[in-house]
Order: sequence, then structure tokens, then C-alpha cells
Amino acid sequence: MPKKQLKRSFKQTKWFKVFSAGLWQDHPTFCMALGICSMLAITNRVDNAIAMGLGVTFCIAFSSLFVSIFRNIIPSRVRMLAYMVIISTFVICIDRFLKAYFPPISESMGPYVGLIITNCILMGRAEAFAMKNRPWMSFLDGVGCGLGYSFMLLLMALVREPLGFGTLLGFKVTPDSWVKWSVMTIAPGAFFLLGIYLWIFRTLAKKTEV
Amino acid sequence: MGPVISNPTDPLTLFAASIFTHNIALVYILGMCPFIVISRNFKTAVGMGLSVVFVVTLTALINWPIYWYILVPAHAEILSFLVFIVVIAATVQLLEMLIEKFFPALQASFGIFLPLITVNCLVLAVCLFMVLRNYNFIQTAFYSLGTGVGWALAIIIMAAIKEKLALIADIPSGLKGAGITMIIIGLMAFAFMGFAGMITLQ
Repeated sequence: MPKKQLKRSFKQTKWFKVFSAGLWQDHPTFCMALGICSMLAITNRVDNAIAMGLGVTFCIAFSSLFVSIFRNIIPSRVRMLAYMVIISTFVICIDRFLKAYFPPISESMGPYVGLIITNCILMGRAEAFAMKNRPWMSFLDGVGCGLGYSFMLLLMALVREPLGFGTLLGFKVTPDSWVKWSVMTIAPGAFFLLGIYLWIFRTLAKKTEV
Repeated sequence: MGPVISNPTDPLTLFAASIFTHNIALVYILGMCPFIVISRNFKTAVGMGLSVVFVVTLTALINWPIYWYILVPAHAEILSFLVFIVVIAATVQLLEMLIEKFFPALQASFGIFLPLITVNCLVLAVCLFMVLRNYNFIQTAFYSLGTGVGWALAIIIMAAIKEKLALIADIPSGLKGAGITMIIIGLMAFAFMGFAGMITLQ
């Protein structure tokens, strides 16, 4: 009994709520339809999806942290520009890191690493959360949102790579008689898959729009 | 002096390719947020499309000399993301102020979309592609114009389809909004793949 109570009180702490909101209730993609561009373009391979997910999580967490630290200094008229400068600093870090340690992934992702800057999720979290909350909370919110986003990237890539290339992380997983669904490797497959996912999740969560 | 240009593509071919066979929305999947948020109304889509054509071309033409004549000689390519995005934001802000001051009539149909464009991945993507593929100035001009036109074409078609759907279609409630938009873009991407044999790049 005391154990259960402890668990409940843990679940009701503010930081847990902030963290889990990004993972489910306010999931960036399902509920707000944000950050779709890079998600669709790079999820035809699982390793790209992992790299992108970690990169975005790192960028959201640290840009939220820094926006929140500077929130009382940034004048509200130029706040967009300030967010962009902070965000692009971290994106440059990611880009350099991938180029140095994972050149094949960096090459196959091409310009999409740089495009993390304009991923609406980062700007959205900076504006909606980090400007109004303490640094530690903003950091957690960023990690939660980033992981929620990475989860979605993985969900897409885990379907697209086996169907499209017959591989998973580069290893062959399908029998020789498997006919590759080449549509899954290109843009239309990505659109259809996301459409289907949105349909399933919105029906389950009973979140609909007119 | 000047940058080493290693891309032999004809500018006009580039222009046609970036509209049809290499459409930035339907092949590279960029600039999707406006597709979901403001593609319900045909007139709004036309306004947004025209603003994007203008901003994309202008910022690419400003960023090209900055990259090749300032960043490259200074060996500061590492800063290119930061510089590009700041230039884009500044250009859009300036444009907004100019329109407000000198063309108040345009403000209602054009000006309201400008702030949205700053964070549109399309604008930054054009600058990144132009660097990655070593386009020269003329090629950049045609490429950015074509990309803008291609994107505008896609969102205008999208809005027209959605206006029609709103009147006649019976869409399952979970699929409404973003879901059906994705399915429609998927079908449009298929349709545009029909152009694929027309032009081959590189």
C-alpha cells in the first residue's frame, strides 16, 4: 500500500507531468501536426531516424534550457530572432558531430540536418513553454517532446525500411521471395503511412478536428 | 576570383525540374506545415504561394553572394546555418515593414503571411541546396524561382481539392484535418511522378 502511494505521488509531481505531456497528451506530431517535413523525408531508414531523433531531442532540450535562462533578458520584439540564433547554434553542433563521427549518416541525411533549425517543434516549444517556465522544467519539457518525436520517427522507419528495402538497420529481414514495396522508400509512401498513423492515433485518442 | 562552379546544368532545365520532377513539396517533402494549417481556402493558398515565391527567390539571391564571397574566403562555412537563417529573418522583417509603409493595400493579402514564412523550412532548404549542389548565381536564380513556383502550384492544387472535399466528402472523423491532407499530398506526389521521365538532373 505505501509503495503504491509513493508511486502515485511520483506520478503527480510537476516534473513528471511536464515530461510525460510531450510523450502522449501534447504529442508534437499527433496533436499539433508539427515537424512533419524532416520526419517524412528521412524515415526511410532506421539509422537515419535514430540519428535525427537524438539530434532533435538534444536541440530541443538545450535550446529550451537556454531560451528559458535568457527569458527575462530577451526583448519580446526580437524574440523570434533570438530563438533562431540559439537553436541554430545547437544544430551546428549536431551537424559537425555527425560529419565527424558518422559521415555516412550525415551524407544520407544531406540538408535535413540543417533543417532541424526550421523544425516548428523547436520554435513552438521555445515560444509556448520555455519563455514562461524555469530552466529545469523547460529542459525536461524539451526532452519529453524530443523523445515523443523520436518515437514517432522510429515508428515510421520501422515500417518503411523493412517494406521498402527489405532490411532493418542494414540487415536483411525479409525472405528472398519478398517483393520490395519501392513506394515506401519515396515520398508518397511516407505521406500515406503518416496519414494512416494519424487516423489510428486520433481515433484512439478521440481527438478530432472539424 | 569567385567560386568554383562545378554544376553544368542548364538554368532553364533547372527551372522546369524544380517545378515538376523535383518539386520541393512533393519529392523532398519540405514546407509541409502550411499545407496542413492554411490549405483550406483557395484564396489564402494563392496569397501564401505568391509570398513564398517572392521570399524564396529574394533570400536565395541575397545568401548566394554572402556564402561565396564572405563565408568561403573567411573559411567560416561552419556559420552558414546561422548566417542564412538570420539573413532570412531580417529580409522577411524588412519586407514586412516596406509593405506596411509603402503598399498598405498589399498588406491584407500578402503581408500577413510573411512572418509565417521565416520558419518555413522551404526557404532555408533552398539556400542549403544551392550550396550543396554548387549552383552559380544564374542557376540559383532560376532554381529558387522554380522551387517557389513549384511549391505554390502544389499548395494551390491542394487548397482547391480541399475546398471541393469540404463540400462533398464524407471523411471518417479521425482522418479529418491533417490525416486526409497527408493522403491527398501522397496522391499528388504520385501524379507528379508522372513527369519523372521528362527531365533528368545530373
